[in-house]
Amino acid sequence: MNSEQTTIEFRGVGFALPSGRSLLADLNLEVKQGETLVLLGRSGSGKTTTMKLINRLIDPSAGEVKVEGRSTVEWDPIRLRRRIGYVIQEIGLFPHLSVEENIGVVPRLEGWEADRIKTRARQLLGLVGLDPVLFAGRYPRELSGGQRQRVGVARALAADPPIILLDEPFGALDPITRREIQQEFRTLQAKLHKTMVFVTHDIGEAFVLASRIALLKDGRMILLGPPAELLDSSHPEARAFASCFLDAQSIGRTT
Amino acid sequence: MSFVDFLLSNGHEAFELVLEHLFLVVVSTGIAILIGVPLGILLTRKPALSKPVLGFANIMQTVPSLALFGFLIPLNLYLFHVKIVGGIGARTAIVALVLYSLLPIIRNTFTGINGVDPAIREAGRGMGMTDRQLLFQVELPLALGVILAGVRVATVICVGTATIAAAIDAGGLGRYIFRGLRANDNALILAGAVPAALIALAADLLLGYVERVMRLGEAIRGKRILWGAVFALILVGMIGVTNLFSGKSAERIAVGSKDFTEQVILGELLAQAIEIKTALKVERRFDLGGTLAHEALVAGEIDIYVEYTGTALLAILKGRPSSDPQEVFKRVKADYASRFNLEWTEPLGFNNTFAILVRGEDAKKLGLKTVSDAAKISAQWRAGFGQDFMSRADGYPGFAKSYGLRFRETREMDLSLTYRALAEKQIDFIAGNSTDGLISRYGLFQLADDRHYFPPYDAVPVARQSALDKHPELRGVLKQLGGILSVDEMRKLNYAVDGEKRQAKDVVREFLARKGLVR
Repeated sequence: MNSEQTTIEFRGVGFALPSGRSLLADLNLEVKQGETLVLLGRSGSGKTTTMKLINRLIDPSAGEVKVEGRSTVEWDPIRLRRRIGYVIQEIGLFPHLSVEENIGVVPRLEGWEADRIKTRARQLLGLVGLDPVLFAGRYPRELSGGQRQRVGVARALAADPPIILLDEPFGALDPITRREIQQEFRTLQAKLHKTMVFVTHDIGEAFVLASRIALLKDGRMILLGPPAELLDSSHPEARAFASCFLDAQSIGRTT
Repeated sequence: MSFVDFLLSNGHEAFELVLEHLFLVVVSTGIAILIGVPLGILLTRKPALSKPVLGFANIMQTVPSLALFGFLIPLNLYLFHVKIVGGIGARTAIVALVLYSLLPIIRNTFTGINGVDPAIREAGRGMGMTDRQLLFQVELPLALGVILAGVRVATVICVGTATIAAAIDAGGLGRYIFRGLRANDNALILAGAVPAALIALAADLLLGYVERVMRLGEAIRGKRILWGAVFALILVGMIGVTNLFSGKSAERIAVGSKDFTEQVILGELLAQAIEIKTALKVERRFDLGGTLAHEALVAGEIDIYVEYTGTALLAILKGRPSSDPQEVFKRVKADYASRFNLEWTEPLGFNNTFAILVRGEDAKKLGLKTVSDAAKISAQWRAGFGQDFMSRADGYPGFAKSYGLRFRETREMDLSLTYRALAEKQIDFIAGNSTDGLISRYGLFQLADDRHYFPPYDAVPVARQSALDKHPELRGVLKQLGGILSVDEMRKLNYAVDGEKRQAKDVVREFLARKGLVR
């Protein structure tokens, strides 16, 4: 096994609520440096739980999660999270801070100088396709859904973390904006070479963005591999997702 | 005279009362914020505490304010040798006001922070914020609008409750309200109540504006206003604290009085006489309700006030009643010296006993001279008595038994209203005060206490022994005041203030001048 290339590693990981209900069981998974792993599954399949185990918003109740070779429970959670960019659905932006201040949150926590934060925020706004002159001073409530999402991505990238977690970041967008932003994100990915874990229930999104897909059902991983493997699998859940995808494709071709 | 005229002609005093009122409100609300906000934050971190703490704050708010003041006065709590609670004055009032203001501030801090969207909190945690960073950078700024709404409610409550603080000599607009209630003078009541209501309204509008700005999240402007407010609060607090704890300086004599007109006149009399005859500075702490004046004297917060021998004997020493003036005076003098280190000085000359009153025309028509005469026909009469007379040891029950009085009807009402009710023939028999100016105004007749039921109530200045030893010149002043007032003169002075609505200090100045005491 080439450990230099493994950034995130799950070894026999389970997670159960205090009530005893299990949300995740016996997960074994490696995320390579620079790849984008998509966690795919229906609502309640354990995708978000898996993600929260990486930045230690929750601790595993069985097995261990390693980030950069160290078990998360050995990491200082604050240090760990500062190395991991985090994007959640649009509500994650702080409503009392301007766009520029939102992007600058982690750099400020890291003690950057004000000038450097400002420069970085403007550079990132450009990178996610928002004009810094127009948008730096606005507040989240003055942005459209798509613009908020771009700011969310810019904020996750601010302190240049090696790992980025994205929890259905584009879930609340209309289909057209969503398709556009996915394409842009793909370009960004190629430029940045970050290790990314991306949660979605949208098979189309998974196909656009994934190096590999992990398909989850009822807290168990039932498939792990490149997108093409999902189409070939005979597992009923994989077939259900694949047929969704193929239907969409065929409609696209015939109309 | 309308309350507007009154405020205009007493502008300086009214302005001072407004300042005192604002001072009470700002300091109390400020302290309540400094305690309530951190406490509210603590509750969000330790939810198990929230029930008992909010429950306590809830109970505090339901305690009637006068009762709360009553509980706090006998307490004596010290922190680093500085008295925090106990006794009369602004300190105790502020403690009570803080207790009243706490609930809305704690509750709103708690609910404001708990109301922050969990997704936003999780985003902050996920970005690597420590609990403290999350609190100060995310939760508090977002909860600020709700917290300010709590501060707003607390402030308005505080403005209202602070009027009651005048009952324990904490100053403020309540002074006018209490004086007005006592003198049955609506203009005076409004002179206190209207400005207090305007302050409450202004505070509500101002804080409402700040709150709106905060809720809109106009961070820059909001921050500026917030810092301005914090700065102003600290400034007022510092001035207030130095004021509060500077205490009574050695060269001052604090003169007290109870909370009715005659007492305020007598307080003024002592104060002006001391100012004329000595170089001492006089601090006036008038209008102390109930037995507060006595408690303040024992506690050393005032140095002198005028007490009545019978009241001291029955209400304070709880002694056996006696109708011999000499004997009563000797007993209270000896007991006060040994129990409290207080000295009964020269009697002022008059006896303010209960005056059993009927209409002058009735007395003439029926040939009534004494209470015993009246007892024969009392069964046809309606009587009206003040609450005090109905309940005190030397009051109605013993009195009625002693004379065998039986009335067709007995009504309990405000003392000052009984005179008027008698004059207007709604009642036929009352127990007033023998020095009350209204007796001559309404042409009432005082029946003689022929069985000597009432003990004597000779008015005598009572002073702290230590103050008299420290300033021997005081004894000279008090000697000069000995016997200076007859019952008739006291009645006239009372009427000048109650009936003619003149200021006690002017009335006393003229009286002293007539007696040859001038600067």
